[in-house]
Amino acid sequence: MTNSNAIVPGVLAPSSGDHGEHPPHLLHHFQSVEQQADATNFAMWLFLLSEVMFFGGLFTAYLIYRNWYIPAFVAGAHQLNVGLGALNSVLLILSSFSLVMGVWCAENKRKGGLVLCLILTFILGLGFLGIKSIEYAEKIEKHHFPGIHYSLSSFLDPGDDEAARAAGDQPLPLDMARHTELYFSLYFAMTGMHALHMIVGMGILVFMIVRARGGAYTAGHVNFVRNFSLYWNLVDIVWIYLFALLYLVSRH
Amino acid sequence: MSTSTLLCPPEPIAPSLPEDNYLSRGYGLRSWLLTRDHKRIGILYLISLSVFFLIGGTLAGLIRLELLTPQSDLMSADTYNKVFTMHGVIMIFLFLVPSVPATLGNFFIPMMIGAKDLALPRINLLSWYLYIIGGVLVIYTMVAGGVDTGWTFTTPLSTHYVNTNVLSTCLAIFITGFSSIFTGLNVLVTVHKMRAPGMTWFRLPLFVWSLYAASIQMVLATPVVAIAITLLALERTIGIGIFDPTKGGDPLLFQHLFWFYSHPAVYIMILPGMGVISEVISTFSRKRVFGYKAVAFSSVAIAVFGFFVWAHHMMIMGISNYAVLVFSLLTMLVAVPSAIKIFNWTFTLHKGSITFEAPMLYAFGFIGLFTIGGMSGIFLGSAGTDVHLTETFFIVAHFHFVMVGGMLMAFLAGIHFWWPKMTGRMYPERIAQVAAIVTFIGFNLTFFPQFILGVLGMPRRYASYPPEFQILNVFSTAGATVLGAGYLLTAIYLVWSLKYGAVAGDNPWQATGFEWQCQSPPLTENFTEMPIMDHEAYDYAWLDRKNARAAEMR
Repeated sequence: MTNSNAIVPGVLAPSSGDHGEHPPHLLHHFQSVEQQADATNFAMWLFLLSEVMFFGGLFTAYLIYRNWYIPAFVAGAHQLNVGLGALNSVLLILSSFSLVMGVWCAENKRKGGLVLCLILTFILGLGFLGIKSIEYAEKIEKHHFPGIHYSLSSFLDPGDDEAARAAGDQPLPLDMARHTELYFSLYFAMTGMHALHMIVGMGILVFMIVRARGGAYTAGHVNFVRNFSLYWNLVDIVWIYLFALLYLVSRH
Repeated sequence: MSTSTLLCPPEPIAPSLPEDNYLSRGYGLRSWLLTRDHKRIGILYLISLSVFFLIGGTLAGLIRLELLTPQSDLMSADTYNKVFTMHGVIMIFLFLVPSVPATLGNFFIPMMIGAKDLALPRINLLSWYLYIIGGVLVIYTMVAGGVDTGWTFTTPLSTHYVNTNVLSTCLAIFITGFSSIFTGLNVLVTVHKMRAPGMTWFRLPLFVWSLYAASIQMVLATPVVAIAITLLALERTIGIGIFDPTKGGDPLLFQHLFWFYSHPAVYIMILPGMGVISEVISTFSRKRVFGYKAVAFSSVAIAVFGFFVWAHHMMIMGISNYAVLVFSLLTMLVAVPSAIKIFNWTFTLHKGSITFEAPMLYAFGFIGLFTIGGMSGIFLGSAGTDVHLTETFFIVAHFHFVMVGGMLMAFLAGIHFWWPKMTGRMYPERIAQVAAIVTFIGFNLTFFPQFILGVLGMPRRYASYPPEFQILNVFSTAGATVLGAGYLLTAIYLVWSLKYGAVAGDNPWQATGFEWQCQSPPLTENFTEMPIMDHEAYDYAWLDRKNARAAEMR
C-alpha cells in the first residue's frame, strides 16, 4: 500500500469510441471478450433462477392441492393423453439436443450447420406446440377447460367417458369431482405458462436464424446462442417436470 | 487511524463545469431516450420517479384531507378506497421499489466499483421502458376509474367482488416487476463481474453491498408475485379456481405467494436506503464505518431472513397457530441484523469529526425514525399484540416510519449527498438543512399520532371514523402539510441549483469512494483511465495522502 494514488495511468486503452483495438462484438464497457462472455452468461443464469421462482409459485400451488385432493388429481390426470405427452417430451429433448449441436456449430464456426440446427430446433418446437394445441382442443371439447363451461360429467359418470373407463375410474363424490376443476386450472396455467415461454423462445429463434444466415454467430462471438440454449434447456426441463406431475399422477 | 482531520483544504473550486461530461454528449431527445449510459438512465429514472412521487404524494394529501373530519365528506367511501389503493400502488411499485436502486444505484454502482457501465446497458434501458409502460398503465387505471382493492389485491375480493380496474393494475405490476428484476439482475452481474482490479468484496463501499443484497431479493422474490397476480388475473378473466374456495382453491395461497414477494419487497425498499446511510455517516464523520464486515453481512442476512418471515402479514388470517409461532420467532430474528446496522452507525459517529450538512441531517433522521419504525414492528411481529394492532392505524404508522421516515429520508440523504456528482453543482446548503428539519418535524407530526390512533383502535382503510379520534387526525393532517411543504421546498431548490448552484468540484465532501475521484459531472465512460483499488474502503488517511501529494504537485 505504498502507492497512495488510486488512479494509475495507461493500464488499458481508453475507450474513445472506435473499434480499432478490439473485436467489433466486444461492447465498449467490457475490458475483454472473456469478461463479456462471463458476464452475459452469469446474467442468463440469474434470469433462469428468477424463472425457476416464477414456475415455483405454480409448483407450490400444485403440491398443496395435489396433497389435499389426490383422487381429483388422479381422475383429472386420466383425462390426459399420456402418449401425446410423451411424444412431446421426446420432441423437446430432441430440440434441446439440436440446439446444443447448434452451439457446437457456432463455436466451431460452421455457419451452415448452425442454421440447420436452429431451423430444426424451431420445427421441433413448432411440433410441440402443434401437439399441445391438439391436446388443448380435446380438453376444451370435453368441457374440461375451467370456467363457466366446465363439466363434471367425466368424473361423476366415468362409465360414459372413454378415457375414464379405460383407466377404470370409479365415480367421484360431487365434492371431490368439483376439485378436478382445480386440477385443470393448474394444468392450463402451468402448461400455458410453459407454452408462452416456448413461443417467446421461438420468436428469438427466428431472430437468431436470420442473424445466423448473415454469419453473426460464427465469427467467434457465440454468447447469444449459448445463453439462448440455456433458456431453451430450462424450458425443456420445466416440461419434464410438468409431464411427470400432470400426466403421471397415478401411473407408477 | 480511522479518524483524521482535514490535512489540506479542499481542492480549489473549479470556476465552471468541465466541458466534456455525460450531460454534454448530445442534447436531443434521442440522445436521452436511446441512451445506454447508466448515468443518463439513472437520471431518466429520477425524473420519472419524481413524477410518480408527486402523484402518489398528492393522493396522500387527499387521504389526509379526507381524514381531517370524522365524516366522509370530501369524497365518498368508494372514492376513498380508490385513492388509498392508488396511493399504495404508486408509492410502492413505482416509487419505493425502484427509488434508490434505479436512480442512485444505476448511477453510482458502476462508478463505485470502477466500471464504465453496468454489465447490461441495453437491459438497463429496457428496464426503464418497462417501468414507464407500467407507470402509463397505472395512470390509465386512474383515468379509467381506479381500483379499490388496496395494494394487496386480497382474494376473493379482487377476483370476485369488485368491479374496478384490477386487470390493468395487475398488468402494470407484472411489467414493473420485470423492470425491477432486470435492475436487480444488472446489479448482481455488475458487482460480480465488473469490479476494477484490487476492488475485492471487502473493499466495496457498503452501498454496493446493500444493493447487492436487495438485488438478490429482486431477482428471487419478484417472479413469485408475477405468477401470483397472473393467476389472479386468470381467475378474474377465465375463472380458473386456484384461489377460489367454491372450487376447492384457497384464498390464503394468494396471500402466501403475494407476501412471499411483498415482505422481501420491504427489504428491497429499505436495504438500498441503509446503504446510502452507511456512505453518508462515514463521510460526514470522516471515519471508516465501524464494523465494516458486520454491516456488509447484516445486509445479506436481512436479505436471507427476509425470505422467511412473510406469513407475519397473515397472522390473523387463519393460518395455523404453529405457523404463527414460527413466523413470529423468525420475525424477531430479522430485527437482529437491522439492529447491528443501527449500532454500527452509532459507533461510527463515536469520536468522529461530525459535520451537519443536509445529507447527514437526513441520515440522523433515518436512524431515529427507522429505529422507532423497527421497534414498532416488534409489537406487530408478536403474535399476541398483533391481533390487537394489525389492520389499525398502528400498522400504517409502522410502515410509514420505516418507508417514509426510513427510506425516503435515506433517498433524500442520497440525492443531496450525490447531487454535486450527478449535476456538478451544489444545492444551497442552508435551505437544505432547513428543509431536512422541516421534513423531520412534519414527518413526526404526521405519523406519530397514528401510533396512538392505532392503539386506541382506529381501523385503517375507512373514510369515516368516530369523532373522538378527530384531534389526533387533525395533528396528522397538519403534519402532512408541513411534510409536503418540506418536499416542495426540496424540489424547488434542487431544480434551482441546476442552473444557479455553486460549481461543486470533484470531491466537495472529501469522500473516499471511486465516484468522488473523477470529475463532476462524470465523463460518459466515467474514468479516463482504468482505476485500481489499492486501499480499504473509507480510508480517509489515503485520501489525505492523496490530497497532500496533489498540493505538493501544485
